[in-house]
Amino acid sequence: MLNNLLPINPEVAERIDMLDLSFNKFGVDPYGIDKNDLKRAVSAFAWAYRNYFTVDNYGLENVPGTGRALLIGNHSGGVAIDAAMVMGSMLLDAEQPRLPHSMIDRFIHQFPGASQFMSRTGQFTGNPDQALRLLRDERLILVFPEGARGTAKLAKDADTLVNFGTGFLRLALETNSPIIPFGFVGGGEALPTIANLERLGKLFGVPYIPVTKWGVLVPKPTRFQLLYGQPMKFEGSGHERDEVCNAMVDQVKTKIRDLIRQGRALREGQIGEADLVL
Amino acid sequence: MRVLITGVAGTLGRLVATRLVDLGHQVVGIDRRPWVDAPEGVEMFQYDIRKRPAEDVFRSRRPDGAIHMATVTHLVHKSPDRMRVNLYGTRAFIQHCHAYGVKQAVMVGRHTYYGAAADSPLYHTEDEPPMSAHAFPELADLVAADLYASSALWRYPEIATCVLRMVYTLGPTKHGTLALYLRSPTVPLVMGFDPLFHFLHERDAAEAIVTALSRKLHGVYNVSGPSPVPISTIAKAAGRRTLPVPAALINFGLGRLALPNLPPAAIDHLKYPIVVDSSAFARATGFQHRYDEQETIDDFRTAL
Repeated sequence: MLNNLLPINPEVAERIDMLDLSFNKFGVDPYGIDKNDLKRAVSAFAWAYRNYFTVDNYGLENVPGTGRALLIGNHSGGVAIDAAMVMGSMLLDAEQPRLPHSMIDRFIHQFPGASQFMSRTGQFTGNPDQALRLLRDERLILVFPEGARGTAKLAKDADTLVNFGTGFLRLALETNSPIIPFGFVGGGEALPTIANLERLGKLFGVPYIPVTKWGVLVPKPTRFQLLYGQPMKFEGSGHERDEVCNAMVDQVKTKIRDLIRQGRALREGQIGEADLVL
Repeated sequence: MRVLITGVAGTLGRLVATRLVDLGHQVVGIDRRPWVDAPEGVEMFQYDIRKRPAEDVFRSRRPDGAIHMATVTHLVHKSPDRMRVNLYGTRAFIQHCHAYGVKQAVMVGRHTYYGAAADSPLYHTEDEPPMSAHAFPELADLVAADLYASSALWRYPEIATCVLRMVYTLGPTKHGTLALYLRSPTVPLVMGFDPLFHFLHERDAAEAIVTALSRKLHGVYNVSGPSPVPISTIAKAAGRRTLPVPAALINFGLGRLALPNLPPAAIDHLKYPIVVDSSAFARATGFQHRYDEQETIDDFRTAL
């Protein structure tokens, strides 16, 4: 149980009630999501999402309101602030609210508090078995194929992409799920990281500890651009050779790179919403 | 039919035996412990399954079906010969089933086989390897007994053998690992962790075992009831107070502060969930639990 002192925002509660989840007599879904905890956590988060940050969402209609799908996008900004903003846009701004299940790094569930919070809000350690099961259960999963190497990008590289694995694509093929590519811009501005302390991180059991321009790990109020592209559907079994999968991964990567480019142009006022090709 | 049950004097054993008698079967019970007020229809033998007289029971009674429940956990049986009870007991059971023409054998195992870890998926399926034995040696003999019993599937294909990996049971008898954990008015939790616990009502557990036997089930199956519930929610619903304790303090206290002497990995079972997918069992037998999560906890809480 999360802190019962956190107030529930009635508007958020209404959105959570609209989620396509089935809760048992204790208000817990089969994956351990606690309805009340979710309401409290999202209520607190909604304040930051709406007031501290601003997220300009584009192409929200590209995310299906029901059924299995994978949200695939770029990581940046030292910590997974982008994941939080995607969660916010899906829970608070999408016409039909959805709870994305992020496939998170394995170190997170080893931390007291973090483990409990993630467990009660449906965020699991990235694991192919877990992802397959969720997709077969018609859930929406959120994957950053760059993983921790993605958040480790320093601010100057925030809009670039590092290596993508093929895992997400194989999951999409095996479960015949659409991939919704997204581009997220502004992570490098919210938390401009100038260095990553890997040795210190190891001591604390994390991949690295990011250092920002102002030293501490506090994001500044930032406006983000979040662009959801049209669903991409690939044919296959998920057991193809790597070359075959890599070609498909490259298509997704190219699309995400294009979404980032457009997001950057929007951010800098070079284009308007009407010019977007999602 | 005639059904032999080892470990019949245990809580689950008694429930299964009583249910079988109610259904009109004859029950032959073997246990080191007595069962004084065993119902009519249960023929009771106070023997050790590993010893010669137990074999004579198989020889003279010639059961059609047999259920093996004479395994013990480290929480109940502290001595090092637990390993012998669990493994030699299972071997004797399988050998006697083979030698004396048992047609259906059911081995009742545990879902803790899969182990608890930060990165393991929710909903384990039967094909997954046991991932806990190395870190938690107290579980190793039960894991080995589970795998050893499965070897009867190819060793003696003429016996319909099934291994059930059952989740924790809970109910009015207040017996079992989960009940033991919830025994006192204050239940310690590992601070910052609140794993899902998978449990089913003890009467549903007995019913599942009887169902496996009557459907002549063959293979390894997970058995569960209602969907899992966070341990703090279970504790509160059972009328207990919860006391979150930092993991470091628990680790320090193991073997000292009135806590059992367990390896630190044992604490993983209070940090991470072990949740199983029992859809294969449901498909094969049509089994459905009768008690939901609330009714199960209420039965545990309100029992005298």
